[in-house]
Order: sequence, then structure tokens, then C-alpha cells
Amino acid sequence: MINKNKKVALTGGFAVGEAMTQINPDVMAVYPITPQTPIVEYLARKVANGKADTEMIQVESEHSAMSACIGASASGARTMTASASQGIMYMMEVLPVASAMRLPIVMAVANRAISGPLNIHCDHSDAMAMRDTGWIQIFSENAQEAYDNTFIALKLAEKVLLPATVNLDGFILSHSVENLELLADGLIYKFIGEYQPEQHLLDFEKPKTFGAIALPDSYFEFRKQIYDAMEKARAEFNEITKEFGELSGRKYEQIEACETENAETVIVAMGSTCGTIASVVDKMRAEGKKVGLLKIRLFRPFPYGEVQKALKRIKRVVVMDRNMTFGSQQVLASEVQKALGAELESVIYGLGGRDIYERQIEEIFEGKKDSPYFLM
Amino acid sequence: MIKKNKQKISTSGTCAGCPIGIIARTVLNGTDNPIAVTNATGCMEVTTTIYPNTSWKVPYIHSVFGNAGATVSGMETAYKALLKKGKIKTEKPVKFVAFGGDGGTYDIGLQALSGALERKHDFLYVCYDNGAYMNTGNQRSGGTPFGASTETTPAGKESFGKEVIRKDLATIVAGHHIDYVATANVGFIDDFQAKVKKAFETKGPSFILVFSPCPNQWQHSPKKTIEIAKLGTKTCFWPLYEVINGKYKISYRPKSRLKIEEFMQTQGRFKHIFKSKNKEALIKDIQGKVDEEWERVEDLEETGAKV
Repeated sequence: MINKNKKVALTGGFAVGEAMTQINPDVMAVYPITPQTPIVEYLARKVANGKADTEMIQVESEHSAMSACIGASASGARTMTASASQGIMYMMEVLPVASAMRLPIVMAVANRAISGPLNIHCDHSDAMAMRDTGWIQIFSENAQEAYDNTFIALKLAEKVLLPATVNLDGFILSHSVENLELLADGLIYKFIGEYQPEQHLLDFEKPKTFGAIALPDSYFEFRKQIYDAMEKARAEFNEITKEFGELSGRKYEQIEACETENAETVIVAMGSTCGTIASVVDKMRAEGKKVGLLKIRLFRPFPYGEVQKALKRIKRVVVMDRNMTFGSQQVLASEVQKALGAELESVIYGLGGRDIYERQIEEIFEGKKDSPYFLM
Repeated sequence: MIKKNKQKISTSGTCAGCPIGIIARTVLNGTDNPIAVTNATGCMEVTTTIYPNTSWKVPYIHSVFGNAGATVSGMETAYKALLKKGKIKTEKPVKFVAFGGDGGTYDIGLQALSGALERKHDFLYVCYDNGAYMNTGNQRSGGTPFGASTETTPAGKESFGKEVIRKDLATIVAGHHIDYVATANVGFIDDFQAKVKKAFETKGPSFILVFSPCPNQWQHSPKKTIEIAKLGTKTCFWPLYEVINGKYKISYRPKSRLKIEEFMQTQGRFKHIFKSKNKEALIKDIQGKVDEEWERVEDLEETGAKV
């Protein structure tokens, strides 16, 4: 029970676990995977001690985790889960079923590289792999954002009836202790409210069939409904984050620009590296160098208009992807290029948890091409 | 007799002679409690839910092929959670049913089913076993019997059809130490009905494996479905038994066991066996396998050994 806002020191994983405890979802179906496990363990401990009464389903695979979430959410339960990496790949088959059934499931993803070779450390390959499954995807820079994004994702998901992920960098955020402010339970309750789905499976007065077959005469229309819901999520995100800002004093937008106004070079990135870049920007600005940062918070739906507006006057744009696409342009670089309609530079960095330091960010700003830390 | 206004499903999209409608109806009519159903991808699903139509007059959800066990776990848990919070009210407790074919149960859905059984969710799983992936056009499954010709184990000069026996699914399920497991047969409808009733009365998971001839792919006349189903049990190819709290109990003991040929010769999928130059050896082998399984079940019943 949190009676009033309080400052605490928590890992990002525990911060998300605390957010879930405060939400107290009806059902959480989850399978262990590093670096997600602190999230589920945190909630499991809260349930074991009577601090939350979520029904936990300790399933036997991620495929079953998402399948059980679908069964529970369709039945009218507020439903959450958490996963990463191979877990996301394993549940891939059912991820688009969740969005097609318009189920507002919320999943925390402690972003981790995908095999092979086996690697348990951070990159964004798992999030990128699920980018076309109809899930809203929000990225977090630090533990505070991971905590806050959990509430924002839930409210947005329930508003537009699409599932949503809260991405937090594996280990870098999930396992690192940071200071953050927790919100009082009363504020959370006011923000998220009771979950009362208009339609659900356990309505015996008006029995419904979920998951019917759609032939060529209707499949297209069903997919279009997901498309429209995702488009609707743009404006709703703004409304919801505005409300959250009034509640918490923390204002979140789809993108966050840092010193981009008169910048000559701007790096575009997502996740925890944005903190490092921001610190380099401050340092280089002090040296009179015109550099800036554009952080992408909302990845799906992608904020093309906002990105275009922020970057249209920038001479040199460098996009940093923490994932690798083969035989094609990198994912975030492609999105930014579409928004910008102009050439840009693309950098791949941090695969499989390869650290990147301020020195390398400076090198990227300065246009260095070769480094063991990044690939230009 | 089913009163029309009480009908919980009206199937019409199946192939002629397909017993899937009988199976679904028998199960749904086995309780007066409200029922919510999930269904693995397969013949039952595709023939009953082509948008904008549905045959189901009870809540129904289909997700993917291999997750009926996990989906029903989520449904049943959601119900528990909503009940606890006073968010759902029904006069009688809700019963949860998962349907899957042999492909969706013996093979791709086995892990999800195993997890659901181990976690002891309160639900009934019904596997309708037609011995191959019939919805995709008769490819062999873990439930396909030895010697059957399928599109992926076709009989030919060098092949007599499927070279390995089917999994013993009922025993695999019983190995989860659940309270009620039974085999059933659409050709023995009273027995099937009684088993459904018992399954619904069971607290926790229960499982019924029901024999379901497929006229299209077994290649027999649609008129012969029930007759062939009966032969399956009368030859002991499909023994009927229950495993109650781990103990085997045979439900039907043929007075005089018919020879396996009497079952096999009714179906095109075994036709090649009778034309083979190894006919006698093959039939002897198959009869031996049937005898072995029947004797195993008899032994288990006699000794009272628990699974």
C-alpha cells in the first residue's frame, strides 16, 4: 500500500513489478526468462504476502504464457505478462492473435538479444521482431520511465483495445538500481480505473464466438480494424500522457528532443542509451559543438509527423539501431528516413549487450566510421 | 432427445458422415451448468465458425493450433479471479471445455495440455481422434495407427503405410495424476454420455479421448461411420476404459473379440495391406500389437496397479 508518492531506489525490473502490484491485474500468466524474471518474482512475492491478489499462472512456455493471457483477457480479466528475447520469439505465433482479438494485454519486455549465438544481454532484436504483430510498443530510458510507462501502456491498451508492451533494456535497466518516485495507489487507481470490458467471453446471456475464420471476403477488413486502432493510439497516447503528466508531474511525449533546435548533428535512438547520449550532448554543447538527441519513446505506432518536425532542419541525422536487419536498411533508420524523406546515417550498436560509452557516442557525433563498439 | 431450444450447437458444415457434431453435442449436453469452450484449430473449428456464422450457442474461443490447453487455463483462471472479485455471477459454476483433434492434442498441443493438467485447472479436455491431420488433407499424426496409409506415409512398393504405432495418449494424460481419464467412442454413445457426465463432475482436470471415424480420409461410406466406430472397439483396436484416480477400469469387454481384419477391411486407408504380398505377416503383426495393448489394459485393471 502506497499512501502518498515516495522516492525509492529500485531496479527497473522491480519498478515494473511494483507498477504491476499497484495495478493488481486479475491474471498474470508468465514463464521465466532472463532478464525478465525480477518482474514476475517481484509480483509473485507481493501475491504471496497478500499485497496483491493477482491469479498467477506459471505456465510451461512463453507460447502458453501468451495463449493463457489471450484466454484470460478474452474472458474479461485485466491481464499482464512479461518476457524477453527467445520468449518473444516463442510466443510470436500468438502475438498477432492478441491484437486481432483486440485484447488489451500488457507485457513488459526486458529487451535482450536473440539467439544465435545464445546471449542474455541487452539489445532490441526481440522488440523489433514483434514490430508487425499489432502491439503498441513503448520504450523506456530509465527505471522511472519503465514504471510510468506500465500505467500509460495499460490505459492506452484498454482505450484503443490493442495489446501493448513496455520495453526496458535488459540488465541495463532491469537489473540496475536507480532512484525513482512511486505514485500513491489512489492516484494510480484514479488514472487506470476499474477494468470493465464491453464485450467478453464469459457473457452467458449473449454467448459470443471469438477467433472465427475469416475468408478472403472479410479477413482484409479485420486487419484494417487493427490498423485503424493503431492509428487511433497516436492521439490517445497524447491524451493519456497529458493526464498522466497532470497526475505525476512527469510529462511524456511520443518523442523527446534534447538540444535539437539549432543542432547540426542529431542522434536518434531508443532506450537507456539515450541517457548516455544526453550526457554527451551536454558535454559537447559546453564545448560549443552543435549536437542534439532525439529519443523515440513511442515506437508503435511510429510518430512520423513528430520526428519529421523535429528533424526537418537538421543537416546531419544519425540513427542508432540496437538490432541488426540483414539485407536491408536498419529498422529505426528506415522509420526515421521515411519520416524525414532525406538521407541519413545509420549506426548499429550494442548488440548482445556490447557496452557503449560516452567516448563512442562522441565518435559517432564526430563521424568516426570504424569501431569495435559500433558499425556504421 | 435434445430439445431444439436447448441446442447448444448446430453443426452443418462437416463432411457427410463426420461424427464431430455428435461429439460436440454429447459433450455440451453433458451438463446443465454454463459452459465456455475453446477449440484447437482443426476440423471442428473450421466447420463451425466461418465468419459471420457460428454453430456455437455457448461462449467459444479459438486461438491457434497448439494452445487449447493454455487458452483454457487462462479462461478458467480469469473466471476464478473475477469470481473472487465479485465481477461475475452465474447460478451454477461455469464449466470449461477444450476440444482438440489428434494433431492438436497428441502432437502440437501436447505441451500446452500437459502444463494445464499439471497445474490442475478445472476443465474437461476432449480429444476427437480421427487418426491423422484430416483438416489439412490426411497427413500422419502421432495418433495415426500402424499400417495406415496417409498422404505423408503413403503405401507404395516399398511402404506399407505408417511404420510406427500411435502414442498411448490416455496413459500419457493419466501420468499427470488427474482424477478422471477415459477413452470413448461415438459408436458407444451411452458410454460416452456417461463418461462426459463423470468428467464434468470431476473437480480439476478431466480428459476424454474419443474415437472419431473420418469417412473422407479413412475412405468409407458416410453411412458406415457408427458401424465402423463400433468395430474399432469390438476388435479391441480402440479399447474403452476409464482411469479413475489412477486405476484402470474397462468399460466394455467384447464377448468374443473380432479379428482386426474385420475393422481394417472396412476402410480404404488399410486397403494396401490386404493386397500386399506380406499380407499375412502384416496382419499378424497388427493383430499382435492390438492384443498386446488390450492385454496391457486388462492387466492394469486386474492388478489394480495405479498409474
